[in-house]
Amino acid sequence: MIFRRRLVTGACTLLAALTLGLVPTGVATAEPTSDKDAPKVELTLDVSGSMRKRDIDGKSRMAAAKQAFNEVIDAVPDEVQLGIRTLGAHYPGEDRQVGCKDTRQIYPVGPLDRTEAKTAVATLAPTGWTPIGPALMAAADDLEGGEGSRRIVLITDGEDTCAPLDPCEVAREIAAKGINLTVDTLGLVPDAKTREQLSCIAEATGGTYTSVRRTDELSDRVSQLVDRTADPIAVPVATEGAQQCSEAPRLRPGLYTDREKFGQHRFYRVDVAPGQELRASVSIGADRAVDNDYGVLLRAVTVHGREIVRGSEAGDGRTDLISTGLRYPKAQADDDEDEDEDGESAKETVCLQVSNSFSAPASVKREPGLPVELTIDLVDGPDEASDVASFGLGRGWWLLGVLALTGLLAGLLWGWLSRWNDAARRTN
Amino acid sequence: MRLTRMMAIAVLSCAAALTFTGTAVADTPSPDAGDSSAGPTRAGTGFRDAPAVPPGQSATASASSGDYLYWAFPVDAGQRATMKAKVTLPESSARHGEATWRIDVYDGLRRRQPCMYGMQSRVAAQDAESVELSCTVRTVHSLADPWSDHPLPGSYYLRLTVTDAPEKDLGLPVRAQVEATTKNAGGAHAVDGALSTPLVPGASVEDGQNEKDDGEPSPSATRQTASATVEPEDGWSSGWWSDRWVWTVAGGVLTLLFGLGGYRLARGPARPSRIPPGA
Repeated sequence: MIFRRRLVTGACTLLAALTLGLVPTGVATAEPTSDKDAPKVELTLDVSGSMRKRDIDGKSRMAAAKQAFNEVIDAVPDEVQLGIRTLGAHYPGEDRQVGCKDTRQIYPVGPLDRTEAKTAVATLAPTGWTPIGPALMAAADDLEGGEGSRRIVLITDGEDTCAPLDPCEVAREIAAKGINLTVDTLGLVPDAKTREQLSCIAEATGGTYTSVRRTDELSDRVSQLVDRTADPIAVPVATEGAQQCSEAPRLRPGLYTDREKFGQHRFYRVDVAPGQELRASVSIGADRAVDNDYGVLLRAVTVHGREIVRGSEAGDGRTDLISTGLRYPKAQADDDEDEDEDGESAKETVCLQVSNSFSAPASVKREPGLPVELTIDLVDGPDEASDVASFGLGRGWWLLGVLALTGLLAGLLWGWLSRWNDAARRTN
Repeated sequence: MRLTRMMAIAVLSCAAALTFTGTAVADTPSPDAGDSSAGPTRAGTGFRDAPAVPPGQSATASASSGDYLYWAFPVDAGQRATMKAKVTLPESSARHGEATWRIDVYDGLRRRQPCMYGMQSRVAAQDAESVELSCTVRTVHSLADPWSDHPLPGSYYLRLTVTDAPEKDLGLPVRAQVEATTKNAGGAHAVDGALSTPLVPGASVEDGQNEKDDGEPSPSATRQTASATVEPEDGWSSGWWSDRWVWTVAGGVLTLLFGLGGYRLARGPARPSRIPPGA
């Protein structure tokens, strides 16, 4: 009796120990290392005549901007290279031609000397026109070079006074260069038109728009934007997809950007070895005014045109992007099939087709296309499932009931058999 | 009589042992919901720069209404995540009408994931001080068909934005706080098979496959992981533990016990057959 109880308890302890032993253990993964170039920011400040207005905390807009700049310059992270550009700071005259070229870099993009930068800002006085478009172009040139992230922080209190060059178009062109440049805009006590223009500039480059009514809001936001530039971010590589799979660029794992027009599709090719899993995600940005309903389709197609798997998404309303993704695990090659085991020939070429169903009102420009962001990953294939349940294991009271009943029946049968056996032996 | 008592004791002690281990297992991976220690104090503006929020922590960010704010949370197999966001709205005097706020959840493949329940979108009245949103995504399985968009282990992105507001109200300062709580769904959701690596962007880089292919590594591969990824508290699960083991082993034990019981019942009182009755 005691022995039996011990046996049962022992079995249970064993079971408990087993279950505890089965608890998953942590898997350590190496920290990714990055050796990226210095992030660059150019603060672009409007110094036009309207900055004299005294409507921010009782001070003039210029004074608020200067105070904010001083605070920001003090707080710039060491790794960030900061430059300062002005617009409308030097030409006080009435000649529109001259006034619209009035943009100057007062502190070059580079390692920051805080005192010098502050001195440069201190001398500014509200003067001339508001040439936002030319200033953005010049600022983009200032930030050229290097691999790090780039950002223009535009601070203005009025709309561009230098038509017909639309600053929003300029911003879109800058973004289309594929140099990973973002424009964040801040409007000082903005009116409706200014707000619209600044929002448009921000939207075109994937930046943000903020309306500022107080000095502390201004310095907080600019500091935040400068800090954001220093944050680690994956930098994509520009590529150009083709209309046909046969002409498509071969992509390796990584992050890519492209441009795709309304109603256009693009093909890319990826080589997938047996036993590997292809993971692809695509995001198409809505960088301009688009119609309310839209969608994206990502298809993995064989070279012969058979669809393997697709990802699709549709949406409506205000959005920055629409994205989808897919996973294609290529089965492990059978042993008898891979005769030419040189690796290359066994790889399958998968065509990735990215199409969009964005549309826009007729007034919206079609060129350049919408920004496409494509990520490609190749990892080892999954452990394929052989059953619906984990390892084919069971679960639930029905399982216990069935097993108990089976045990009981087997026990009864065994008991009767041995009883019959005994009886038979005794008669003999 | 003695037999039944013995079996009862055995079953009870077994059940106790199993319950103990079961709870011990279930408790460890789920983060403490009450402890919302400070996580990141910023938000990303896209998938690429979304800051990773460690489990059980909450992230805060100050932003402008109209910004698209992104965060990334790690969710492992067998977990059901609930993403919560609270937005402190700008002063009502500065606003001109009601605004619709919304959260969207995307998985590591940037596929939008539906919310099983929760207020994913809410209209904030003009005089409202804050708006709270939540979204519970489907329980994450360790593997699914490539044709299915069922959630798989990996990073989950939360996007918070205003989808409808008066034009004048865009660009005003707001504060957002987000957190994700996870609950273990148990073995009922334990499916067979597992991904080789969780759906985390840039996973292929760690495999070193780029260098292996032909000398030159792909240019952006090294950068794709730059945005910090974070793991669940105990790392990504290897995927082979589930309480199905407990149930199945318990079933085996039960079979054995009932088998013995049935045997005793059918065999009659245990008595050496050599000894004659009454001796």
